[in-house]
Amino acid sequence: MELIAGIRQGEVGDEFEVLSSDEGSAKDIPEWINKVGHEILNRFESEGVWHIVVRKAK
Amino acid sequence: MKILIVGGGMGGTILANNLARRLTSELESGSAIITMLSASDKHMYQPGLLYVAFGRMASDELYRDQRSLLEPGINFHVDPVETFKLAENHVITKSGKRHDYDIIAIATGSRATPEDIPGLAENSINVYTEKAALNFYKSLREFEGGKIVISTGVPHKCPMVPLEVTFMMRDFFQERGILDKVQLHYTYPIGRLHSLEPVGKWAQKEFDRLGVTYETLFNMKEIDGDKKVIHSEEGTELAYDLLVAIPPHKGMEVIDANGLGKSGWIPTDRHRLSIEGYENAFVLGDTTNLPISKAGSTAHFEAEALGNNIASMIKIGTPGRDYDGKVFCFIEAGEEKATYAMFNYNNPPDPRPPTKSIHWFKMAYNQLYWASARGLL
Repeated sequence: MELIAGIRQGEVGDEFEVLSSDEGSAKDIPEWINKVGHEILNRFESEGVWHIVVRKAK
Repeated sequence: MKILIVGGGMGGTILANNLARRLTSELESGSAIITMLSASDKHMYQPGLLYVAFGRMASDELYRDQRSLLEPGINFHVDPVETFKLAENHVITKSGKRHDYDIIAIATGSRATPEDIPGLAENSINVYTEKAALNFYKSLREFEGGKIVISTGVPHKCPMVPLEVTFMMRDFFQERGILDKVQLHYTYPIGRLHSLEPVGKWAQKEFDRLGVTYETLFNMKEIDGDKKVIHSEEGTELAYDLLVAIPPHKGMEVIDANGLGKSGWIPTDRHRLSIEGYENAFVLGDTTNLPISKAGSTAHFEAEALGNNIASMIKIGTPGRDYDGKVFCFIEAGEEKATYAMFNYNNPPDPRPPTKSIHWFKMAYNQLYWASARGLL
């Protein structure tokens, strides 16, 4: 939810890194990013925390 | 020790009263002073708006005189802050008065901003202001049938409202005898029915049982009021006859205008509730940037933790206990039943099946709230 709010209020080209302990988000976020047309720059898991780096593309 | 509290809503009021009770002897001796600055002489019980929207409460029941809720010894002024000078430990108000402080707590809250989505404000109804809630009730009474779409913007305060309005509308139309003419269609921005996964799972079962249709990963981009269609960020279109919006929100303009936080959300330490970079400036309630529920109970529990901390800093020079992320939200589930979600940073919620007694407890709490505001409950 925070990512969606951040992207709406951000500028094109802004990059966001989401850290989440919620496994559901780790699947949902890439799905949503692809659906809306932004970019996933990186995605990894470290010590139970999922990191997803995205760029607002439009 | 001058303590300044900015904002007279739930967080600010409970914090002020909590501190006044903890610092009775310091207030009496004059070694501590508590000042509150607010934009209004009235205190509004915002959770009551949902009941106004369904004709269950009169809007004058939402308000009490702010001064009447405050412990004696709290200096209260209806004179909102216009300029924050955190590095210089003072603020300047609308009347031009300067207030110096040793400790500041900012609790200015949040506001619905449907105008942030093109076409939304003029083509939807919502429950987030007195005027909007009264208009909501009027719209429900006049609705004769069709598709009602419930759509949620991010971020928003009162996390349970999307579910509660859906359940309560279903009850409302059933009482009016036209439920068979109404289709309720619930949408949500992420890949499930609620930000809290256990609540989303519970809601899905209820929706399936009650015949409420739903779709996820749906974010409003623009509303075409002529064609009555929502265009989504995801590239889809959704037609409606009545659009019930949970609008996106922002913090108060003064926060953004003073460079304290983009969109009015102030970067806040999740345990100490301090503003990043400051030892003597704190934030509580909706205006933090914490990725947690913007709920009245959040403000309430933050106020209790912060009251403990500030009093402890004054009395013994060290903070007391951290805020642990505690939130407690009732969820009106229709059919005169309710459940609740209680959780913190480490323990997710586990909503039980709704019961009548929890609904009646919520009804009672709508009146008992005023004791909470006074720092008693």
